[in-house]
Amino acid sequence: MEFCSFLTLDSFITDPLTHDFMRKALLMSSLVAAVCGFLSSYLTLKGWALMGDAVSHSVMPGVVVAYALGLPFSLGAFIFGVGSVALIGFIKQKSRVKEDTVIGLVFTGFFALGIVLVSKIKSNIDLHSILFGSPLGISLSDVKQTIFISLLVVILLSIFRKDLMLYCFDPRHAKTVGINVFFLHYLLLTCLSLAAVVGLQSVGIILVVAMLITPGATAYLLTDKFDNMTVISVLSAIISSLIGIYVSFWFDLETGGSIVLAQTFIFLFAFLFAPRYGIFKLKKLFVGYK
Amino acid sequence: METINYQNFRIEAENICVDYNGKVALYDANLRLQPGQICGLVGMNGAGKTTFFNALTGFVNISKGKIRINGESVRSAQKDQTIAYVPQNEGIDSQFPISVWDVVMMGRYGSMNIFRSPRESDVQAVKDAIERVDLTDHLSTPIGNLSGGQRKRTFLARAIAQRASILLLDEPFSGVDIRTEKLISELFIQFKNEGKTILLSTHDMIHVREFCDLVLLINKTVVAYGETSEVFTPENITTTFGGISPDFLFGPES
Repeated sequence: MEFCSFLTLDSFITDPLTHDFMRKALLMSSLVAAVCGFLSSYLTLKGWALMGDAVSHSVMPGVVVAYALGLPFSLGAFIFGVGSVALIGFIKQKSRVKEDTVIGLVFTGFFALGIVLVSKIKSNIDLHSILFGSPLGISLSDVKQTIFISLLVVILLSIFRKDLMLYCFDPRHAKTVGINVFFLHYLLLTCLSLAAVVGLQSVGIILVVAMLITPGATAYLLTDKFDNMTVISVLSAIISSLIGIYVSFWFDLETGGSIVLAQTFIFLFAFLFAPRYGIFKLKKLFVGYK
Repeated sequence: METINYQNFRIEAENICVDYNGKVALYDANLRLQPGQICGLVGMNGAGKTTFFNALTGFVNISKGKIRINGESVRSAQKDQTIAYVPQNEGIDSQFPISVWDVVMMGRYGSMNIFRSPRESDVQAVKDAIERVDLTDHLSTPIGNLSGGQRKRTFLARAIAQRASILLLDEPFSGVDIRTEKLISELFIQFKNEGKTILLSTHDMIHVREFCDLVLLINKTVVAYGETSEVFTPENITTTFGGISPDFLFGPES
C-alpha cells in the first residue's frame, strides 16, 4: 500500500498536504527560505559567510534565556546575535588577534554558554529542536513571530536593496557620495541576525548558516546580474525547502538536514553544469562555445 | 602678499594626520589645489597615497589638521557629491555581478531618492557619461567581461555621471591599453577646461611629466610639493623613494 502511493507524482505531492502540520511546515519553511535566500545574495558577495556562521551560533543563549523567561525567543536571539557582532568588533579593535580568530572564539563561546544554560535551566526546552530545527512542530505563536520578522526583513532589504548592493560592491564610493555606510553595515548585520532567528526554526542553529550562504553561492554561479542573482537565490532556497520537507516526510528523515542537503545538491548541480561558470559549461554541449 | 581666499581652492589640506590604531600612516601633510589643476601624487607603496585619498573623501577620519573642499567641510562635500573617487582596478571585485550601466548609475545615487530610482535626468547623465568614455556598445556587459582598460573607463564614467568637481584617481594608467590611455589623457584636458581639479596617484614617472601641472611627493609626509618642472627632480624623487636612484625608477619598467 505504501509503495503504491509512490507510483503517482500527484499523490507524492498531495498526500502530505492533507496533514495540517505539513501545510504549515511547507508554508513557513518557504517563507523562511525566501528571506534567507534574499539576504544570501548580499552575504556571499560581501564575503560574510563566517559572520553568518558566527551570528547564527551566537543566538543560542538568547533563545534559551528567552524561553526560560517566557519572552518571545526571537527577542533573545536578536539581542545575542547583535551582541556577538558588537563583541567581535570590540575585541578585534582592542587586541592584536586576527579577525577570523576573534569570530571563531566569540561564537563558540556564546554557543557553549547556550548549551550550558540548557543543561542548567530545567525547563521544557527541546535542545534537539533548537539545534536541528523542527519545522513540523512549529507552534502558532512561532508562526506569528516568523511572519512578522520575515516581512520586516523583506521590507528593509527591499527599501535599501540598491544601497546595500553599492555597500557590498564599493563602500568607498558610497561614503564619498554621502551615503551612510555605518547605517548600511548595521542594517545588514541586523537583517542577518533576524534571518538567522527565523532560519533556525527550519533547519536549526547548526545548519542555519547554509540557508544564508548556499542559495547565494548557487545563484552567483548562474548569473552576472545582481537582480537575477537575488531571484535565483530566493527560488533555489524555496525549492530546496519544499524538496527537503517532502523527502523527509516520505523517507522519514531529519527535516532540517534534508532541506540543507537539497540546497547542497542544487549548488553541486550549478557547480558542475552552470552555463558559464560550471565545470562542464552546459552551454558548450548545446550551442557550442567560441 | 596676496590674501588667501578659501573659496579659490578646490582642495585645502592643512597639516593633516591619519593613524590606524596608533600606527601613523600620514602626518603633517599639506595640499592646496585650485580649479583646473592636475596634481600627481607620487610615493612608494605604503607611503600614504591611498590614506591621503581616504582622508579627502572622508573614508577615514583625520586625527589632526583641517580639510576644506571648495571651502566647506568633507561632510558637506560628501552631501554635494563634490568628490569622485576612481579606484584602481585591483581595488574592486571584478567578479561582482553588475553591468557597466549599473556601475555608472551608482554615480547618481547620492542625488537620488531613498529607493535610488533613476529620473530622466539621471538616465541621460549616465548615457552621456558612457558615451564620453566610448563604452556605448557595452551598456549591459558585466564588468567581469571587460578588459582592464574598459573597466577603468567604466569607473571614469561613474565619476563623470556624478558631475563631481574634484576627481581622485588611484593609478589611472596601470593595466590599461593604449586606446584607454589616449582616451583618459583627452578626458584630462577636457576636465581641466571644465575647471575640474584632478589628483592622481601614479607609479609612472613619464605620466607625471606629461599630464601633471603640480606634483606632490610623499613618504608618510610631504617630501616636496610644487610645479612639476621645479619639484620633480631626481634628488627629490630619490628622497621620496627612500634612496633608490631615479635611474632605476626611470628604467624600462616604467
